[in-house]
Amino acid sequence: MSEKPKKKPLVKVKRPMPEQDPHVRAGNFDEVALGYSAEDAIAEAERCLQCKEQNCKQGCPVEVDIPEFIAEIKEGRFAEAARVIRRKNNLPAICGRVCPQENQCEQYCLMGKKFEPVGIGRLERFVADYALQNEQPEESPARESASGSGRRVAVVGSGPAGLTCAADLARMGYQVTIFEALHKSGGVLVYGIPEFRLPKRVVQTEIDYVQSLGVEIKVNTVISKTLSVDELLDEFGFEAVFIGTGAGAPRFMRIPGENLIGVYSANEFLTRTNLMKAYLFPEYATPIRVGRRVAVVGAGNVAVDSARTALRLGAESVQIFYRRSRDEMPARLEEFLHAEEEGIEFNFLINPVRIIGDERGWVTGMECIRMTLGEPDESGRRSPVPVDGSNCEFEVDTVVIAIGQSPNPLVPRTTPGLEIGRRGTIVADEETGQTSREGVFAGGDIVTGAATVILAMGAGKKAARAIDAYLSAKY
Amino acid sequence: MYPIQVKRTLAPGVRLYEISAPLVARKAQPGQFVIVRVNETGERIPLTIADYDRKMGTITMVVQEIGFTTKTLAKMEVGDALLDFIGPLGNPSELRDSGTVVCIGGGVGCAPLYPQVRALSQKGVNVITIVGARSAEHLILTRELGRYSNQLHIATDDGSQGRKGFVTDILKDLIEQGTPIDQVIAIGPMIMMKVVTGVTKQYNLPTMISLNSLMVDGTGMCGSCRVTVGGVTKFACVDGPEFDAHQVDFDEQMKRAAVYRDQEAKALARLDCGCRNGH
Ligand SMILES: Cc1cc2nc3c(=O)[nH]c(=O)nc-3n(C[C@H](O)[C@H](O)[C@H](O)COP(=O)(O)OP(=O)(O)OC[C@H]3O[C@@H](n4cnc5c(N)ncnc54)[C@H](O)[C@@H]3O)c2cc1C
Ligand SMILES: Cc1cc2nc3c(=O)[nH]c(=O)nc-3n(C[C@H](O)[C@H](O)[C@H](O)COP(=O)(O)OP(=O)(O)OC[C@H]3O[C@@H](n4cnc5c(N)ncnc54)[C@H](O)[C@@H]3O)c2cc1C
Ligand code: SF4
Ligand code: SF4
Ligand code: FES
Repeated sequence: MSEKPKKKPLVKVKRPMPEQDPHVRAGNFDEVALGYSAEDAIAEAERCLQCKEQNCKQGCPVEVDIPEFIAEIKEGRFAEAARVIRRKNNLPAICGRVCPQENQCEQYCLMGKKFEPVGIGRLERFVADYALQNEQPEESPARESASGSGRRVAVVGSGPAGLTCAADLARMGYQVTIFEALHKSGGVLVYGIPEFRLPKRVVQTEIDYVQSLGVEIKVNTVISKTLSVDELLDEFGFEAVFIGTGAGAPRFMRIPGENLIGVYSANEFLTRTNLMKAYLFPEYATPIRVGRRVAVVGAGNVAVDSARTALRLGAESVQIFYRRSRDEMPARLEEFLHAEEEGIEFNFLINPVRIIGDERGWVTGMECIRMTLGEPDESGRRSPVPVDGSNCEFEVDTVVIAIGQSPNPLVPRTTPGLEIGRRGTIVADEETGQTSREGVFAGGDIVTGAATVILAMGAGKKAARAIDAYLSAKY
Repeated sequence: MYPIQVKRTLAPGVRLYEISAPLVARKAQPGQFVIVRVNETGERIPLTIADYDRKMGTITMVVQEIGFTTKTLAKMEVGDALLDFIGPLGNPSELRDSGTVVCIGGGVGCAPLYPQVRALSQKGVNVITIVGARSAEHLILTRELGRYSNQLHIATDDGSQGRKGFVTDILKDLIEQGTPIDQVIAIGPMIMMKVVTGVTKQYNLPTMISLNSLMVDGTGMCGSCRVTVGGVTKFACVDGPEFDAHQVDFDEQMKRAAVYRDQEAKALARLDCGCRNGH
């Protein structure tokens, strides 16, 4: 291997990511992180110790061959590095941008024991972007195996779970059709995660790639309304179905005032902006209303994305309200720091109890109560307890509720014989995605509840393998 | 793409369209709706399924031109195609199969009412239909509604056809004459449905209305369409669009409908000046 002589001084910190200036970017929807140059990438790759244990790999849910692709970068063989990644990961340009690397691959990196871990995500993004810009997509990528021999499989939902499952099945020779409820494919990647964190052209390129494998995508098709799972199997000639419909149903707090004008679910706020391009209103016809003072409730990725979107839509002040402390905040660290730089205020240990409106029904304020941390709850985190008499009011005119999403109930409600979990999830085998119905598989957020892109992809991959095994055994 | 097969003017600013959408037509039922996006920069708007032809694979919609999207649609002709067409969404109406039902339609509300009137009549229900509009020229589908109704009453604000007054005047008369009524169905402007509900509450008459809340996806994903029903928040797109009128908080709904009034005026100005960049 390309073991460099030990002379090189050890670089303790990650090569910084070139970024748009916080003051500038708070006023536009362009991508915040600009990406490594070739020089940055090689320098960061040289920090990798190429360790024998390959700890990093066990932190990646799809087991990307991390040391191998980093070794290629060191040698400047970027196209080769891209091929190494693609062996395990269909959507590297996306994962390199949105994976919570600090809890996954980078958490296990040996360098991280004493110093900063190797910037695996940044390197992955660099390589994927390089490939997208410099490689001619193959005309019709070679099928890896012919076991499918043209048998038909339906995939419901075109988020990362559905796209991955479809791509893998197509490579095995299956004829795959994806059915998507919205007018655009990509799931949360297009309607949820904002442009400034994940440019839609990156998502579109990855979708084009999946289509180049022969996958057909039928948008505007709501399974359970336009067609049912049973019709796909019994009348439309599909021999197996994969359900990847995500966790798309917004949760509200059930506090007074939640239906006032100016209260949005994060889903609506982000969908209007990202999918419908309300930030280009009136050139695009969908409106959005952002007041001067915006409150966002919650502190996950969805909340932070909503807050930064509100800022870019022209809000004068944007505050996040979270009932636990900074340590429990589920958002990615990097995005929290980005948000702070841009001027988002974070209020910890505080929770809304009521939203206040005027006689026309428009939001004018939000009443909150201070919280303190009590005993650990079932999730192991210390649970927040209200402090009596600590109520206080904030003057706000827009409230975005970002306290989580539940599984989309349409398919579970209308598919007889499908076992449903306590929280409305579809019950499926972790290794295969097999549901309680023969020929029906499921994976991604609809099974786990809201999770991550890479876990959804991992589930799509496993299900593709299981569907192949199921159909091979059947014939 | 979803081609326009038929386009017909029913009243000033009200047009009927038949759209080719075989998969939607295959499943459509009275009470359901579709979400339409006219073109790439377009908004997603909900429209009720006014009729369907499973053999021809078409869906009929009756659209009132009130703002940017509905006016953009009005400029399209037979042979043009809608970019997106999603459905059938929402729950089908739960229709009685006996007794007497009073069906009340206001303005374009007569269009979504029509398939219900027809279905009720075919089940053998005694259908009494009341339609209302500003004036005679704004009345739509009276002939079609008349064909499937045992009685048809008309009210216009100015008295240019039928009785001068509101649909509720006729409803009150029917009740006071002692007509046995098992259910009232009312579809029309929010204010009409609210007033009808006020009357039927007095007499304890079960009443169904169809809400036209603001929507985005129409599949339960955004919560834009939320409405308080019996003190509980419901999503009109998946829990409705039809609800027990006596439980609906109409005042909240009417306020919520006003959220984008300023932006809508801006979008419309762009259309009316005929340019594409909003000058
Ligand atoms: C704002 C936001 C930010 C996030 N940030 C991150 C991040 O930084 N990093 C990270 O790893 N994860 C992030 N996540 C989570 C991540 O996006 C999800 O875990 C992931 O997208 C789940 O993938 P999925 O394929 O299971 O479902 P989804 O991406 O939700 O896709 C499901 C698709 O199915 C479609 N569908 C639903 N019902 C039907 C039906 N009945 N018929 C047909 N189609 C249907 C939906 O329209 C959708 O397109 C974020 C999520 C949100 C909302
Ligand atoms: C389930 C459902 C079924 C519907 N069926 C029909 C139908 O069959 N025929 C029809 O003509 N319309 C129907 N509507 C209403 C239709 O969706 C709106 O008229 C349309 O969205 C207006 O779009 P626009 O861009 O032309 O006007 P905008 O510029 O968006 O609005 C102009 C004015 O209309 C009001 N408005 C906007 N949206 C609605 C709405 N959803 N309901 C009531 N007022 C609104 C605004 O407050 C504004 O004052 C239905 C709505 C729902 C929710
Ligand atoms: S896919 Fe995600 S977890 Fe795996 S190596 Fe890439 S960034 Fe790390
Ligand atoms: S653990 Fe870190 S240093 Fe070791 S091979 Fe993986 S990335 Fe390189
Ligand atoms: S329209 Fe989005 S949830 Fe009903």
